[in-house]
Amino acid sequence: MYSFDFEKPSTVADAVAALGAEDAQALGGGQTLIPTLKQRLAAPSKLVSLSGIAEMQGVCVEDDGSLSIGGATTHATVAREAAATYPALAALAGQIGDPAVRNRGTIGGSVANNDPAACYPAGVLGSAATIVTNTRQIAADAFFEGMFTTALEEGEIITSIRFPVPQVASYQKFLQPASRFALVGVYLARFADGVRVTVTGASEDGVFRWSEAEEALNKEFRPDALMDLRINPANMIADLHGSKAYRAHLVSVMTKRAVEACM
Amino acid sequence: MPKDSGIGASSKRREDVRFLTGAGNYTDDINVHGQAYVHFLRSDIAHGRIKSVDTSAAEAMPGVVRVFTGKDFEGVGGMPCGWEVTDKHGAPMQEPPHPILAQGKVRHVGDPIAAIVADSLEQARDAAEAIDLDIEELPAVIDMKAAAQDDATLVHDDLKNNICYDWQLGETDDAKVDEVFANAAHVTTLDLVNNRLVANPMEPRVAVGEYKRGTDEYTLFTTSQNPHVIRLLMCAFVLGLPEHKVRVVAPDVGGGFGTKIFHYAEEAFCTFAAKACGRPVKWTSSRSEAFMSDAHGRDHVSKIELALDADNNFIGLRTNTYANLGAYLSTFSSSVPTWLHGTLMAGNYKTPVIQVNVKAMFTNTVPVDAYRGAGRPEATFQLERVVDKAARELGLDPIALRRQNFVTQFPYDTPVALTYDTGDYNGTMDKLEAAADLAGFAARKAESEANGKLRGLGINCYIEACGIAPSNIVGMLGARAGLYDAATVRVNATGSISVMVGAHSHGQGHETAFPQVVADMIGIDESMIEIVHGDTSKIPFGMGTYGSRSLAVCGSAMVKATEKVIEKAKKIAAHLLEASEADIELKDGQFSVAGTDKSVAWGDVTLTAYVPHNYPLEVEPGLEETAFYDPANFTFPAGAYACEVEVDPDTGQVSIEKFTAADDFGNIINPMIVDGQVHGGIGQGIGQALLENCAYDENGQLLSASYMDYAMPRADDVPFYGVDHSSQTPCTHNPLGVKGCGEAGAIGSPPAVVNAVLDALNSGGKAVDHIDMPVSPSRVWAAMNS
Repeated sequence: MYSFDFEKPSTVADAVAALGAEDAQALGGGQTLIPTLKQRLAAPSKLVSLSGIAEMQGVCVEDDGSLSIGGATTHATVAREAAATYPALAALAGQIGDPAVRNRGTIGGSVANNDPAACYPAGVLGSAATIVTNTRQIAADAFFEGMFTTALEEGEIITSIRFPVPQVASYQKFLQPASRFALVGVYLARFADGVRVTVTGASEDGVFRWSEAEEALNKEFRPDALMDLRINPANMIADLHGSKAYRAHLVSVMTKRAVEACM
Repeated sequence: MPKDSGIGASSKRREDVRFLTGAGNYTDDINVHGQAYVHFLRSDIAHGRIKSVDTSAAEAMPGVVRVFTGKDFEGVGGMPCGWEVTDKHGAPMQEPPHPILAQGKVRHVGDPIAAIVADSLEQARDAAEAIDLDIEELPAVIDMKAAAQDDATLVHDDLKNNICYDWQLGETDDAKVDEVFANAAHVTTLDLVNNRLVANPMEPRVAVGEYKRGTDEYTLFTTSQNPHVIRLLMCAFVLGLPEHKVRVVAPDVGGGFGTKIFHYAEEAFCTFAAKACGRPVKWTSSRSEAFMSDAHGRDHVSKIELALDADNNFIGLRTNTYANLGAYLSTFSSSVPTWLHGTLMAGNYKTPVIQVNVKAMFTNTVPVDAYRGAGRPEATFQLERVVDKAARELGLDPIALRRQNFVTQFPYDTPVALTYDTGDYNGTMDKLEAAADLAGFAARKAESEANGKLRGLGINCYIEACGIAPSNIVGMLGARAGLYDAATVRVNATGSISVMVGAHSHGQGHETAFPQVVADMIGIDESMIEIVHGDTSKIPFGMGTYGSRSLAVCGSAMVKATEKVIEKAKKIAAHLLEASEADIELKDGQFSVAGTDKSVAWGDVTLTAYVPHNYPLEVEPGLEETAFYDPANFTFPAGAYACEVEVDPDTGQVSIEKFTAADDFGNIINPMIVDGQVHGGIGQGIGQALLENCAYDENGQLLSASYMDYAMPRADDVPFYGVDHSSQTPCTHNPLGVKGCGEAGAIGSPPAVVNAVLDALNSGGKAVDHIDMPVSPSRVWAAMNS
């Protein structure tokens, strides 16, 4: 990797200040950024580690019943500490990568990176979560703007993410056999006011809501409701591991399985 | 009762203590005082003409010691190929030069263009970015069949075409083969691909070169399976160094699987640069570099045809294969698609007429060479897939069809140049049927179906030629080396023993298994024996480890040397016991006079050998013997494997529910280690069958260039294996009666897996003839829905 300066602030304010330097870059768990640096594909002047900021750590239940997860909380912590309150989200966290990844990678890092095959974006968008930053609150529906692109401004930090807890939810992940990212992952959450279905891994545009499936399931919440529903393969990803048609097919299968898991 | 020591005991692997506690000594653990680091600037295009390489800015960068390019090696030899294949018209193969650093053209992504030696690796990498390259990109030659066309772009401008050789084995009369097929009651034809693989040993390659000006001596520390071979090739063919001034050390090596047999440019570079720079030079491959510089494996495209008579006897077999050699000839690359592949096309069957045709192709891809099994998996996969397809087409039980055609009389001369010395294929199949509980398959299938899954059973047989190899035979076939091995048994005065062996252990457990043999022969404790390997300054000139040869060849040399030691020790014992040498017996570490209670202990005899006060005058002092062993024939391990899979009809996902191996390895020294070798081999075979795929795009860019896209098998991709090694027909021509077990699993498992998937689909009502490996979910789904 190229050489860089390193700072590990203990408050959000100090982190924001540190990120003001030109070409400074926030470092979450480093599960994407460190390999990128090792390959010399990024050359930040300074890395600002967010892992020493106490206010960005941990999982807690808010007064309104929603679950708040600090932006620097690791996947392993979410898998453990959200299990009682929001088991589907905890299960999603527990399926990311391997133990080493889960013990380093953070929810804020994953969501800010918005990898098109990452698991968390599906959970965040599927839960209609709110992304809380050092400056504002962003609804999930307005946050994910396409592959590796989000509404975050330069230097803006995800301090926490607030998840309304649905009545029932399920994440169905079909593994890409090499990376074990989602070849297709479907997150389904049923709230009192409706169902949300989100898909990761499948689309050239990153995570998205499958609104036709949501409509069908709002009418009738059972697997057969999806029977005649097919997603258009045109925007799907095609690569070594699956064609557009295969990914489109998997979206249907995984959605049906998510409904079954919620029954 | 299982034995608790010596031959046949599952002695625990003593080397694992250091491997598992972080006390191993791998090449990257070796740092030499004052060492500099080299970074190779590698081509990021598949094919191009080098117009200029301007290194002036890089040379001025901080910490840079020296920058090398192809020009620095113009007076130096290239990387040699160790096997000359003669084509079917009698002409030698086309053998293009393989420079240490690219000269004139770059020929694959990863081809090294320049080498930057600097005080630190990061400085070397910084300097690499300052090198100004002018390379004219040329069309990439990737597809083998297109490469064989007359108007194809040439990978090597000085060759007449991209075909290294057009080779044939077996029946040379095409009309006779045609006639067999014309008269057949049934012909089964199959087109298939044996997918390209990257070996991915856990430890990437490393080389450290050192030169001592005072004594004009070189040392190369390297990740090798055969240090003497590296020394010989590097000294004699590449750098022109005197062999006695060069020491090659391969310390602990973290897996090889064939890919560390070969002499690589980086090894020669570090040795050369150590003198040129006046400093030791170290190179450690990154994983990304490994993907584009370690020799790849397999990559055959084949058509196979099987002819059967009206009674379902195999009467003819014909294959046409395109074999990818990549951009340059790696050390043993030319032998893999020919003598390690064509010779195995008879398999376990008495097919009377066989013709094997192989066109070996140059392409703009990483060189391809031996990978666990090397040619034999490619042969087995074709044969066992076509036999399975024939059984399905004819509505026959795949096991019965195989049994009907088994070779049952030994020795058996195949139509493809081998003589199988011994085997019992029906007996081994009997063991498989019992161990795999094939009788219970129907019930298991019903249970899977109740869970919405398709279940399939895949059977296959394999035979391999191991114990590589009889030097006189391979010499006739074009090998440029002898393939004997050597061992020195050095008995110390106090009775402990160091055995210096030519074989190299990089996971095989030699340090445990070899002492079991010597301990058994003398009747002393295994812990008194230590194996020394991997250092040309310590070991005799042996040829290393590959081709499941270590025990069969080097172990035999060790037996011969130990026999010499015992013979001499008996002379000393006879003197001490005042008896005739002919009456001396050795048992449990005691020399005794037959029919008396007079005896002397092993340790007393060894001490006497080195303190020869009371000693037979006609016997030399000391107790150390060396033996070289050249096998009389290959060994022929064989087996039968059964794989049961479940296929998810919704997604095409395949899961392996049960895998059973019945192997005949002849005699077995350490059953636990043999089990482990088979487990590892099956793991790699399952990897090839379900997961691994080294893929290039049409421009020669490596699509699977990291673990993000190259799928290695993980623990949860494989089941607990059932292994049965009780079918044992000992090898008839080596002293231990052993055959070798290292490659069997990787050879025998891919067809079992694919046969099982196809059985699941076909018995589930989906008519699918074939799916190419890796049988990934997307491919299974596509096949089900085509």
